[in-house]
Amino acid sequence: MLILECPYCGVKAEETELSPGGEAHLKRFGPGSSDADFEAYMFARKNPKGVHFERWRHAYGCGKWFLAARCTATLEVFGTYPAQTSEPPAEIIANIMAKRPAWKGFK
Amino acid sequence: MKRYSVFAIAREALNFHQGWERAWKSPAPKASYDAIIVGAGGHGLATAHYLGKNHGIRNVAIIEKGWLGGGNTGRNTTIIRSNYLQDSSAAIYEKARSLYETLSQDLNYNVMFSPRGVMMLAQTHHEVRGYLRTAHANSLQGVQTEFISPQRVKELCPIMNIDGPRYPVLGALWQPRGGTGRHDAVAWGYARACSDMGMDIIQQCEVTGVRSENGKVTGVETTKGFIGTKKLGIVVAGHSGQVADMAGFRLPVESMALQALVSEPIKPCMDVVVMANTVHGYMSQSDKGEMVIGGGTDGFNNYTQRGSFQHVEETLRALIETFPMLSRLKMLRQWGGIVDMTGDRSPIISKTPLGNCFINCGWGTGGFKAIPGSGWAMADLMAKGEPGPLAAEFDMWRFREGRFIDESVAAGVAH
Repeated sequence: MLILECPYCGVKAEETELSPGGEAHLKRFGPGSSDADFEAYMFARKNPKGVHFERWRHAYGCGKWFLAARCTATLEVFGTYPAQTSEPPAEIIANIMAKRPAWKGFK
Repeated sequence: MKRYSVFAIAREALNFHQGWERAWKSPAPKASYDAIIVGAGGHGLATAHYLGKNHGIRNVAIIEKGWLGGGNTGRNTTIIRSNYLQDSSAAIYEKARSLYETLSQDLNYNVMFSPRGVMMLAQTHHEVRGYLRTAHANSLQGVQTEFISPQRVKELCPIMNIDGPRYPVLGALWQPRGGTGRHDAVAWGYARACSDMGMDIIQQCEVTGVRSENGKVTGVETTKGFIGTKKLGIVVAGHSGQVADMAGFRLPVESMALQALVSEPIKPCMDVVVMANTVHGYMSQSDKGEMVIGGGTDGFNNYTQRGSFQHVEETLRALIETFPMLSRLKMLRQWGGIVDMTGDRSPIISKTPLGNCFINCGWGTGGFKAIPGSGWAMADLMAKGEPGPLAAEFDMWRFREGRFIDESVAAGVAH
């Protein structure tokens, strides 16, 4: 069972308290964008077998959205961080690099 | 290939059963092929089978990372039905269901297709309206279904409690010609028929790269070396994103774990398949007597072929009101498979941005029922280079153009 620490209220929440929200750090494309950009925003996902950044909501806790870095091949959690950011914070990246030296990096 | 028959059993019995040959060969890969299929699951093997049978393309290799039929083909709940709302879905699933009816004869391999009937329970008024609509759509599509009363549900499945306080049974969409099959036998039967046509099934061989020249595929790098090909079919379900990445394009697909479980074997008590989409559960009884139970996917990206325990608990909790007997049953085994979910919950059978490279993926939680139809349509696409009528609507560009085949709304969750 997944256990993620909510970065807002500090609770180590197990999966039953949380709802998953899919890939994080998607760049939003709206009216006026090209079809390819809008399709990528709506549907194309990295879906990596390995390091994945994703959105979670502490649904049965503080109710807030936060982000997590997790390995989809082993379910290892690299860390969680608040959602008010456009890319993963440096300490999360450093933590991932320490555990997954072959990781190609965010983007 | 020696044909399986009652005479073969008698002949081999006199020989102490020492004369049975291997069902399929395990050759080393040749330098190149006319077509390579990546993925020896049901869909991949069916594609190869119909390439040979319908289109005469027999210089084919099927490459498999693990062992044949060891992915989702060996991990599903074996339900076969075709009561879909959208026309293009109904067409391909009904093609598959009708091919299942004669598959044992076609393959000379008993796939144990059992058309015992599938009912999808309506447990809210919204669902009643939805299934009435589906029943009307099905009668226009030529798929035999009907909306039946709660009393008829009780007659068909007496172990069910139809007047639960929270989720009473208000009726059901009944497809009498749906049912179940033997999932492993489908893969084994196709594999045997493919091998008999001279195709090479190469197991324990992982694809590590896709080689191309001037925008056209030339072959695949594998753990057993480079293998050249004129045409490439990617049929790898949960790992579609990985192989597509090697071929240089991205798919509208996310991989998630879907779990199923079986109870201890009990005496025959239920001879239909029941799906309850409001509460996310479906159940049938296997020939061994186990109750085979499935639910919805875990909600997050996952490649581990195991899921979270609370989903198993949720599925059972949901079914207990309708099947009170479940509360006294011990659960025996639980497992997970990695399903590839698309945005509209319909599959992709498509050309790709890479020339002569084709993809068949996105079957999500409901691929087993579609195996023969999917293979038929994919073989058509690979042989002709253009999709036939079954596959035409399922191209990967429908997401850009907004031509969804929206079964996520039409079919509810389990599908």
